[in-house]
Amino acid sequence: MQLSRHLFATARALCLAVACVAAAKTVAAQTPLRVVSVNLCTDQLALMLAAPGQLVSVSRLAHDPDSSSMVDAAIGLPTNGSGAEEIYLLNPDLVLAGTFTDPATVNMLRGLGIRVELFAPAGALSDVPFRVAQMGEALGRQNEAAALISTFEAELATLRSNAGTTRPRAVLTYVNSYSSGDATLAGDILRAAGFDNAAAELGLSSVGTVSLEQLILLNPDVIVQGRDYPGAARAEDNLHHPALRALKDARFTSDMTDRDWICGTPHVLKAVHDMRALRLDLEAAQ
Amino acid sequence: MKLAITLSVLCIVLFAGSLVTGRAPISIPQSLGALFSDTGTPISVVMREIRLPRALLAVMIGASLGLSGAAMQGYLRNPLAEPGLIGVSASAALGAVLAIQTGLASAFTLALPLSALSAALLSVTLVLLLAGPRGSSLTLILAGIALSALASALTSLVLNLSPNPFAAAEIVFWMLGALSDRSFEHVWIALPFMALGWVLLGTLGRSLDALTLGEDAAEAMGIRLSHVRLKLVIGTAACVGAATAVAGAIGFVGLVVPHILRHFVGARPSALLWASALGGAAMVLAADIAVRVLLPERDLKLGVLMALVGAPLFLHLIYKTRGEIR
Repeated sequence: MQLSRHLFATARALCLAVACVAAAKTVAAQTPLRVVSVNLCTDQLALMLAAPGQLVSVSRLAHDPDSSSMVDAAIGLPTNGSGAEEIYLLNPDLVLAGTFTDPATVNMLRGLGIRVELFAPAGALSDVPFRVAQMGEALGRQNEAAALISTFEAELATLRSNAGTTRPRAVLTYVNSYSSGDATLAGDILRAAGFDNAAAELGLSSVGTVSLEQLILLNPDVIVQGRDYPGAARAEDNLHHPALRALKDARFTSDMTDRDWICGTPHVLKAVHDMRALRLDLEAAQ
Repeated sequence: MKLAITLSVLCIVLFAGSLVTGRAPISIPQSLGALFSDTGTPISVVMREIRLPRALLAVMIGASLGLSGAAMQGYLRNPLAEPGLIGVSASAALGAVLAIQTGLASAFTLALPLSALSAALLSVTLVLLLAGPRGSSLTLILAGIALSALASALTSLVLNLSPNPFAAAEIVFWMLGALSDRSFEHVWIALPFMALGWVLLGTLGRSLDALTLGEDAAEAMGIRLSHVRLKLVIGTAACVGAATAVAGAIGFVGLVVPHILRHFVGARPSALLWASALGGAAMVLAADIAVRVLLPERDLKLGVLMALVGAPLFLHLIYKTRGEIR
């Protein structure tokens, strides 16, 4: 009995050692030198972590100041339109994509022998360290990732402290009356900034719609609206409906830009910070 | 007379039904109370600023589309003539989209209905020219298909070129129509044009009755055909243009309603005019209630329901008139 246990432990240790060597070899062999990102969120994570020259192209949205929080860093890199042909011609050894990237593109690239790393969208602030760590692994920049994670967690803890006594009620409204509940990144940003998500009173936990009439009856303290895009779209009519004027006491914030809210990167701290400042301002006004 | 009372009662019941339908759980007495006296509560706002304009628009748009369908069918003596099928609605949608995307509509409020009306005017004229005074089914439908396809394609093109990321998704709205989140602004934009259209089309009754005897007989009875045609074209364009500008292209109302009611009015075009206006209002009200009851969270488009009812009927009509289509 004693012997078998001993044998087993030795075998396990041996296996682990072999696995470690193998893993170390893969990492060394696979530290990518030409990385192409095709998704707005992986663009930003890679820009934060990649070694100089490692990232060779970012998605087109990375150059759009309304969508990306890191235009300054991205502007020097050429953009791609996320199509397989275009990406292949960039001759990458690693492609960074989102799990919602067109599967046809991903499969074609994999078929052509290119490594594609998929990143799931963040559903909560607690997902951010995992995404950062995943990017660190993918790029072979684990140390940089660890440093970024510890800064992120420290700053988030500071923002979460002295949450205040009152928790104002807020609703997130986007085009076509879409809204986010607690179990989303945006909902988590609200909560961390010291707000209660009033959409939860309607039973909304993930993404759904809060109709104009429900919004008016909720009568929230703060309405966080999605930003106004250039050009006109009927989808945005719900953000300007005359009935909203009836909510005289509500604070509308359409100047809070979406770009800090979309991606699970450390830039979400900016969104938490802005919302927290708004809450402190509301408290001071009372 | 009996028909008039029945249809009016139906409209009133459906209008009330539309007012008490919505996602916010407000009881019926509470909602009607808040509608008639401003209680200063959010419920009043919901009733007066969101549900009331929506129900009013359903009535106005339904009446306009039903009336235009009945008038066109009376003039062309063809049961297939309908603004949606012959491309007038699609053209009006193109006009509206152009006004919105060029920024004209935000610079000058009336630019939206005026632009939709102009595009509708152009398409009605074109269809009537192509179909000729007798309105042969084949030319009418073919001209309609061509015009609809062109107008829809141009609408998609304009929306795809918009810098707004949501504009392209709007193609569905312009092709199927919806009344969600409309306000009194839209009521006031549409009403004057629709009223003009109602007057022009509503006074066509005697001429359309005379036309059932043929053009020569109608002219002998003192009907000036050029005059009738002008009133029809402008009236239809005003009605369909204004309706489409605020709610997108809602098809089949002008086809289904006159078809159902023709039997009840003894196939008299003059009686079919007012009956179709009331019937159209009832049908759009009912459809707008249905989209909110069936899929409250999904913003189902009115055109979906209309096509489910209208397309089988359209096929039935083609089957019945297939001897005539050559």
